[in-house]
Amino acid sequence: MTDQSAAEETGAGYTGLAERFPDAAFSQSYGQTVCRVPRDRLVEFATAAVAEGFSMFVDLCAVDYLHRDPRFEVVVNLASLDPPRRLRILVGVPGDDPTAPSITGVLPGANFYEREAFDLFGIEFSGHPDLTRILLPDDWVGHPLRKDAPVGSVPVQFKEANTAS
Amino acid sequence: MSNPPDIVTGEIEASGRDAQAKRPVSSGEPEAGRRRTTHDLWLSGTEAPVDTGRFTDEGSQEMLLVEDQAVLAEQMGTLVVDDYQALGAESSDETQIINMGPQHPATHGVLRLQIELDGETIRRVKPIIGYLHTGMEKTAETLTFMQGPTNVTRMDYLSPLHNELVFSMAVERLLGVEVPPRAQAIRVMMTELNRVASHLLWCATTGLDIGALSMMIYGWRERELVLAFFEKTTGLRMNHNYIRPGGVAADLPDGWEDDVAAIDDGVRAGLADYEALLLGNPIFLERTRGVGVLTAAECLAFGVTGPLLRASGIDYDVRKAFPYSGIEQYEFDVPTGQNGDVYDRFIIRFEEIRQSLRIVAQAARTMPRGDYRTDDRKVTPPPRARIDQSMEALIHHFKIFTEGFHVPAGEVYEAVESARGELGMYLVSSGGAKPWRLHVRGPSFANVQALPAMLTDSLIADTIATLASTDPVMGDVDR
Repeated sequence: MTDQSAAEETGAGYTGLAERFPDAAFSQSYGQTVCRVPRDRLVEFATAAVAEGFSMFVDLCAVDYLHRDPRFEVVVNLASLDPPRRLRILVGVPGDDPTAPSITGVLPGANFYEREAFDLFGIEFSGHPDLTRILLPDDWVGHPLRKDAPVGSVPVQFKEANTAS
Repeated sequence: MSNPPDIVTGEIEASGRDAQAKRPVSSGEPEAGRRRTTHDLWLSGTEAPVDTGRFTDEGSQEMLLVEDQAVLAEQMGTLVVDDYQALGAESSDETQIINMGPQHPATHGVLRLQIELDGETIRRVKPIIGYLHTGMEKTAETLTFMQGPTNVTRMDYLSPLHNELVFSMAVERLLGVEVPPRAQAIRVMMTELNRVASHLLWCATTGLDIGALSMMIYGWRERELVLAFFEKTTGLRMNHNYIRPGGVAADLPDGWEDDVAAIDDGVRAGLADYEALLLGNPIFLERTRGVGVLTAAECLAFGVTGPLLRASGIDYDVRKAFPYSGIEQYEFDVPTGQNGDVYDRFIIRFEEIRQSLRIVAQAARTMPRGDYRTDDRKVTPPPRARIDQSMEALIHHFKIFTEGFHVPAGEVYEAVESARGELGMYLVSSGGAKPWRLHVRGPSFANVQALPAMLTDSLIADTIATLASTDPVMGDVDR
C-alpha cells in the first residue's frame, strides 16, 4: 500500500475519531493506521471506536521498550468488517506505574489478552474482573517478557547429595 | 546410601548429619481449617515456597467465588438470564465442580476445563490454559529474523505454513522487500493445501470425539496425501521452515503438478465419503444441531474468527478483507452458516476444503515462472555456485548465517487466515538482526476464550462436541 492511498484511507475512516479526540495522534506505520491515545482516555476511545464500526476485537499485547519513556506500550488491535479496516491503538504505560485501564467492559475479548499482558509484563489492568496469571504457574516470580528478565537462567534445585556415606 | 527423603512429606529420617538438617515446617497434616496444598510436598533442604493459600499450582486461575462470578459473567456476556434454567428457587444447591483435563483424550492437548455442574447442566465453565507454555515469544527475541520461522512454525503445529507465512510477511513489510510472483503463488498454494490438511485432521478427530470412529481413519487417510507432498517439497511433514523472509526455501519438486492433481482427486473423493457417512446420520445430527451455539455478536466481542465466526453468519475472511500474497487474483467463495452450532461448523469446514482446493487448482494452473525467492542478497543467501566465484557472495553468505540481516526499526501487524481463524503477528524491530518483540495473535487463544459463552447452560455431554468444534491447538493457545 502506498503512502498516499494509506493517507486517503485514514481520512475516510478515522476522521470521526480524530475529531472527537484531538489528543489522539493518528499516524502511519508501514502503511498501517496507528493511533496513540493517552492512557486515561483508552476506555473512552475504545468505546468510541466500537461505535465507529471497529467492533471486532482482534488483539491486545504489550511491548517493553526498556530505555524509552514511557517504558511499556499496550497495543490494541481492532477491526471493522464493512469496509474492512484496521485500527491499532498504542497506549504508553510508564515503568514506575505499570497500570492501564481495562477495556474488558467494552470488548470482553480483551479478558485473556489482558491477563496475558499482566502475566508476562506485570502491567495491571484496573477494572479487570479476574486479573490473574494465565500462562505461567501461580507462584512464578517475575514477568518473563520484560526486557530485564534474563533468558535461560532457571534456578535448579539439587537434592541433598549424600555422598559422605 | 543413607535415607533418601520421602517425596510426599519431605521428611528425612533422623540419622547422623541429617538429624541436624533443618526440617521443613509443614508436615503431612494440614493446619486446622485449611485444606492441604501442593506446597506440602516440597523437599527438605530447599527454600520454602511462598504459600499462596490456594489448592493447586494453578490456584489463581481457578473459578472465582459465585459472587464475583456474577459480575464477570455479566461483563463477559455469558450470563443469559432467559435461558438460565437451573437458576432459581427450585434449583438444588447441590452443585459440583469437576475438572475436565488437562489430561483428557478429547481436549486435543492439555486444556483444563473447570466445570460447575448442576445435575447434568453446566452452570459455569472456566478454561484454564498454560500447560503447554514454552515462552516462544521470548525465544523469538533471541533468534535472528532468518531463524524466526523455525520457531514460529512450532506454535500452531497443524498449520505450520501459515505461521511461517505471516512471520515472513511481517519481516518483508519492515524490509520493504518485494517477493517474486512465483514465490507468492507457491506460498498461496502451500498454505491452502495446509488448510486442507488441517481441516481433514479436524474432521477426523472431531468425528472420533462424537462417536464416528471410522472418520478417524478416513480423515487421516486423505491428510496423508497432503503430508506426503509436503515432505517431498519441504523435507518435513510438519514444522517445515519452508516459507522464509524473501520467498520460499526451495522450488517445487519435479512432477508437482501430478501430485497436486492427485491430492485434488483424493480429497474430493474423501469429502464425498465423509458427507455420505455423517450428514445423513441421525445420531450425528442429534449430537451437532443446536449444540454449542455462538451468536455473531458474541463472536465479534470475543475476537472469535475463522470457521466459528463464519458458521455464525459473518463472512469475515482475512483472505477477502485484507488480501495477502496475491490471493486476490484467485476465485473462491467464503461459505457462511446461519445457526453458529457444531453442525454448521462441520458444513463450513467441508466447504472450505473445497474452496481451498479450488485455489490450489488455479494456482497450479497459473503458476508463474521465475525465481522462488527474492534476489536481494542482503536477505536471501546466494546460490552455492556463486560463493566459489564471487567474494561479495561469500561475504553475504557469511553475514546472513552469522549475524543475520538487519531489519529497519518499526512495528507492524500482519495477519493471514489460518485454518483456525485470523493468525496475526505483531512484530517490533529496533533496527537489529533480532526482533525486539514478537507477539502472536493465535486464533485458538481467542476461540478457547469463548468456550464459556458456548457451554454455559448446555448439557455436560455436549461439552466434547462443542470443544472439538472450536478446533483448539494448544501449541497455538499457550505458545
